[in-house]
Amino acid sequence: MKESIRGAMALLIILACGPAQATVKILATTSDWGALATELGGDRVSVYVATTALQDVHRVDAKPSLVARARTADLVFATGAELEIGWLPILVQESGNPRIQPGSPGYFEAAAGLNLLEVPTRLDRSLGDIHPQGNPHLQLDPHNIAVVAKALTSRLAMLDAGNAEYYQKRGSDFDTRWAQAIARWEAKAAPLKGLPVVVMHRDQVYLCHWLGLREVAAIEPKPGVPPSAGYLGQLVSTLTASPPKLILLNAYNDAKAANWLSERVHVPVVTLPFSVGGTAEAKDLFGLFDDTINRLRTVIQ
Amino acid sequence: MTRILPVAALIALAGIVPSAFAEATDDVAALRAELQNLKDDYATRVGALEARIDQLESAPAPMAAPVAQQPSPAGDSRSAASAFNPAISLILAGNYADVSQDPGTWRMAGFIPSGSEAGPGARSFNLGESELTLSASVDPYFSATMTAAITGEDEIGIEEAYFRTTSLPSGFTVKGGRFFSGIGYLNEVHSHAWDFADQPLVYQAFMGNQLAQDGVQLKWLAPTDLFVEIGAETGNGQAFPGTRLSRNGFNGTALFAHVGGDLGASASWRAGASWLELQAEDRPFEDVNEFDMPVLNSFTGKSRTWGVDAVLKWAPTGNSAYQQLKVQAEYLSRREEGELTFDAEGLALSDAYRSEQSGWYLQSVFQFRPRWRIGVRYDSLDSGSPRIALVDDGVLPPEAFPILLAADPDRISVMFDWSPSEFSRLRAQYAWDDARADGQYDRQFRLQYLYGIGAHGAHKY
Repeated sequence: MKESIRGAMALLIILACGPAQATVKILATTSDWGALATELGGDRVSVYVATTALQDVHRVDAKPSLVARARTADLVFATGAELEIGWLPILVQESGNPRIQPGSPGYFEAAAGLNLLEVPTRLDRSLGDIHPQGNPHLQLDPHNIAVVAKALTSRLAMLDAGNAEYYQKRGSDFDTRWAQAIARWEAKAAPLKGLPVVVMHRDQVYLCHWLGLREVAAIEPKPGVPPSAGYLGQLVSTLTASPPKLILLNAYNDAKAANWLSERVHVPVVTLPFSVGGTAEAKDLFGLFDDTINRLRTVIQ
Repeated sequence: MTRILPVAALIALAGIVPSAFAEATDDVAALRAELQNLKDDYATRVGALEARIDQLESAPAPMAAPVAQQPSPAGDSRSAASAFNPAISLILAGNYADVSQDPGTWRMAGFIPSGSEAGPGARSFNLGESELTLSASVDPYFSATMTAAITGEDEIGIEEAYFRTTSLPSGFTVKGGRFFSGIGYLNEVHSHAWDFADQPLVYQAFMGNQLAQDGVQLKWLAPTDLFVEIGAETGNGQAFPGTRLSRNGFNGTALFAHVGGDLGASASWRAGASWLELQAEDRPFEDVNEFDMPVLNSFTGKSRTWGVDAVLKWAPTGNSAYQQLKVQAEYLSRREEGELTFDAEGLALSDAYRSEQSGWYLQSVFQFRPRWRIGVRYDSLDSGSPRIALVDDGVLPPEAFPILLAADPDRISVMFDWSPSEFSRLRAQYAWDDARADGQYDRQFRLQYLYGIGAHGAHKY
């Protein structure tokens, strides 16, 4: 009798535990979102990142490998604001996966819960490659990441209700660590306030906004429009008159135009990781901002 | 027995209790999650508000474009009816052509003509096809797309008009209406996205440029990390090499399979195999008889085509913004069996006909710096020697079917294009064409423009 009770207890325990937990499969469009999903989801999620920090997320092919990943994904984690418009809609459409269709719980856009900068007042493609919902390069302001992290935690808790507590715990843990890190970064970057900088494309807007850097010029005259010789000439004369402290470049950018300008106006080029993996030091989201600020500080040291 | 009963009862209980227990814990967890969701929702909103206040307080960035409020739905003056308008995009295409031989007399040597879409097009300035595309979700279950092609000859054609399922489980998608068949690689690609101003000769000869029939397509994508997709189509079979048939049922069948993946971070590939079977009933084609008089012949019978295709794309570190190489090749082989009628409107002599023909192309396009690309393409076809019973039996001389005399058409094309933005492209193309049935060597020069306005399209791989 004792044995049968013990056996039944064992059975009960086995049944209560249920089948082994399947992980939530996440397809993240950028390495930053991949890193955030890993921070928040821990071992309950498996993350596939569609692009690397060395790629221009505007211009990605809807590769077969990505369609295959979209097929099995439980959650697509995208930036939104049309950053991935050239390829993500194809992945979702070709995936044959009803879980990740826009509007479903399995489709998550970081930009959805944020107020974006540079929402154009006039929508006309003569203004270059503009985004109707605002500038989508929102990951370079850590306050934005904090907001996205909260929304993603809720989404994970909703998709995988059995592990809701786990996600909430990880979410609040991340929130605490992130708030501390922001305070640290802001203290370290305080001397950078008001620093005049030249940017490449208008994709460091959030970084400049956060740290109070003063964007005095952009190498691209309009978003997505490469500079002409005339424009660069004009830029040289303006910048020689009032030189900036540095020229910001992203890891994925071609350095030619920035180096050319740097030689003429005698201002250093600082290459920022832009995304997780953009430099050796930017291993995760914390590393991304640590490294970004360290690199920026080189010009004031 | 007395020992078995309680054990059985326990086991039964074990079945019920934990599930009830699990349900209760599930409920609690769900409630907790919901509560947390609510909390987080507020936290998110407060966070967003704080961010907004911060943003308003701090001085605007000097270069920043004016920041507008997100339009609130209440303040939006659009009526609810127009708010659901589909995404609209319009492609304008046109060209200037300088062709050494009269394009009006162009016929491909050795192949039954596939219709008006084939050939080098007209000389001088031409308005090409203007493509108007409308698309939107229909409801939670379907989306719909229509592409109308308005030709320079003031004709409107429905290039594609189809619905597609968005909510079928297990990787299935059903498409229905008129659509470009999923066979081959280039067949599904709209003309504005071609890398050359025209289709490869093998598509011109075997598909009448591009195959689209009215029908349904079922596609299944495997749940594997390797991209594996299989599809089947059936329809009314009205597209060349088929014709509209007088009978009910499924008249054109196409099967295809694609596999694909990555080779490291820099390269990706896709390969495929296709099979197509269509029926032709009195499919007419123009030829000249042995006295150089025009005659109308026709074919009735079965047409079976199979093919393989492969595409490879490479970009340094996978970043296609600066440099990208794209290499693609396709091979198609077609067997037609049935009856050939000579001078259908006059003598109407009919007898058996059988042909086995094949063709391939290889092309390579290289974006050597942002916005600039060069490309080269080689086309080659083998008409074989069709078995024409009317000729074999001596009823007619081989010269009665000059267009079906054995030939190996080929062509070399080079192109150079410049894309000022994602929405515009200017292209120059030069082709040395040795495909004409009259044996004349043709030099074809073309300048082409492509402009896209409206919704930002996304292109397939």
